[in-house]
Amino acid sequence: MSKHHVTSTVNGEPVEFLCEPQETLLDILRDQLDLTGSKEGCSSGDCGACSVTIDGRLVCACLVLGAEAEGRKIETIENMAEGDTLHPLQQKFLEEAALQCGFCTPGFLVAAKSLLDRNDNPTETEVRYWLAGNLCRCTGYDKIVKSVMDVAAEMRGE
Amino acid sequence: MAQIEYAAPASIKEAVGLMANGGNSARVLAGGTDLLVQLRAGRLKPGLIVDVKSIDEMCSISVNKNDFRIGAAVCGAEVNEHKRLKKAWPGVCEALDLIGSTQIQGRATLGGNLCNASPAADSVPALIAASAVATIAGPNGRRKVPVEKISKGPGKTVLKKGEIVVYFTLPKPAPRSGDAYLRMIPRTEMDIAMVGAGVSLTVDKSGTCTAARVAIGAVAPIVLLVADGAKALIGTKIDDAALNALAAAASAACNPIDDMRGTIEYRTQVAGVLACRAALIAFERTRS
Repeated sequence: MSKHHVTSTVNGEPVEFLCEPQETLLDILRDQLDLTGSKEGCSSGDCGACSVTIDGRLVCACLVLGAEAEGRKIETIENMAEGDTLHPLQQKFLEEAALQCGFCTPGFLVAAKSLLDRNDNPTETEVRYWLAGNLCRCTGYDKIVKSVMDVAAEMRGE
Repeated sequence: MAQIEYAAPASIKEAVGLMANGGNSARVLAGGTDLLVQLRAGRLKPGLIVDVKSIDEMCSISVNKNDFRIGAAVCGAEVNEHKRLKKAWPGVCEALDLIGSTQIQGRATLGGNLCNASPAADSVPALIAASAVATIAGPNGRRKVPVEKISKGPGKTVLKKGEIVVYFTLPKPAPRSGDAYLRMIPRTEMDIAMVGAGVSLTVDKSGTCTAARVAIGAVAPIVLLVADGAKALIGTKIDDAALNALAAAASAACNPIDDMRGTIEYRTQVAGVLACRAALIAFERTRS
């Protein structure tokens, strides 16, 4: 089986890795690059726990082959905080208890940031639809949605 | 596990060569939202995966004098961000906007949705209603096939060995045209269509329908172009009599299955209802 040599940019840093053709980007992130913030939930694109962005577009890393990362820019949850300073979404999730077990949280944060990067004034319906691909079995979603709405309001200076 | 190879050709010619040499075990990778799931579940054991996302022609949208070209590997989110396309064919865009989550829409493509050949593919009735034509490249050159002629049944297409759908051509709509797509699912979001209905129509200055196309999905082994549904609308002002005739034509065309999402009887009735509602939205859009 031939391994592919892939050159990519992950969280702003150039990276190189070797991958098998069927290995997913999630496998590579977690097992080779030690970026274990992206979680493996369903492995079928249903739960969103592995949400990352590729060239700025939100995707499930489990539905991307590692080889497809060639020449692309990948952003993961590990790049969300700046040093010890949490991103406002991370801070708000803590303050408003928008997590319980925490397994889905990285995916929610990456997905919510992707929304707010595009739209700093989403309606609650827009937030709920945007995050519909992220499943949480603990919170019931309300606290997550409220946190995202509150951060959006803060970003607008309200 | 059987050996899998991966290739990301930069040209159609190279991709076609790989697909032709790869035989029956070669698979195109566009968005991967079906392929990778099938791979993971062990339902598919490809010998070769041909990633087409390095081919410019398959990954771009262009606006020409008379038509739009959408690369078969353009993701749904990108189609929805294209303002001119969204204004011209809002029904096609809303169909793509119904497929899966934000994450799925960032990957899933028109080419994949068509070639996966599910009878319930949401973009397909909308494309058929929009008179979309697929340009297919193969070892013997290119050919154009209307979208309604691509699927032969669940999971089966008319594509021959080595052939790839390169792009879709959608005409620029005539003045006073509109289209719409609606689907029925048992929940509000992210499910597989129990019924889908796409309608496009054009009216004259008096509001009389001069051209129409009606397509329904998830109610037969393939997505159906319902010619009798279009006939029911043409020459009318989309009044109750025309809508009743449309509903009857759509229901009459159905040959659905019973499954957990809906019974044969329910699907057959809903096909008529959805076709009418889509026609009314398309009609409303002829005014904007």
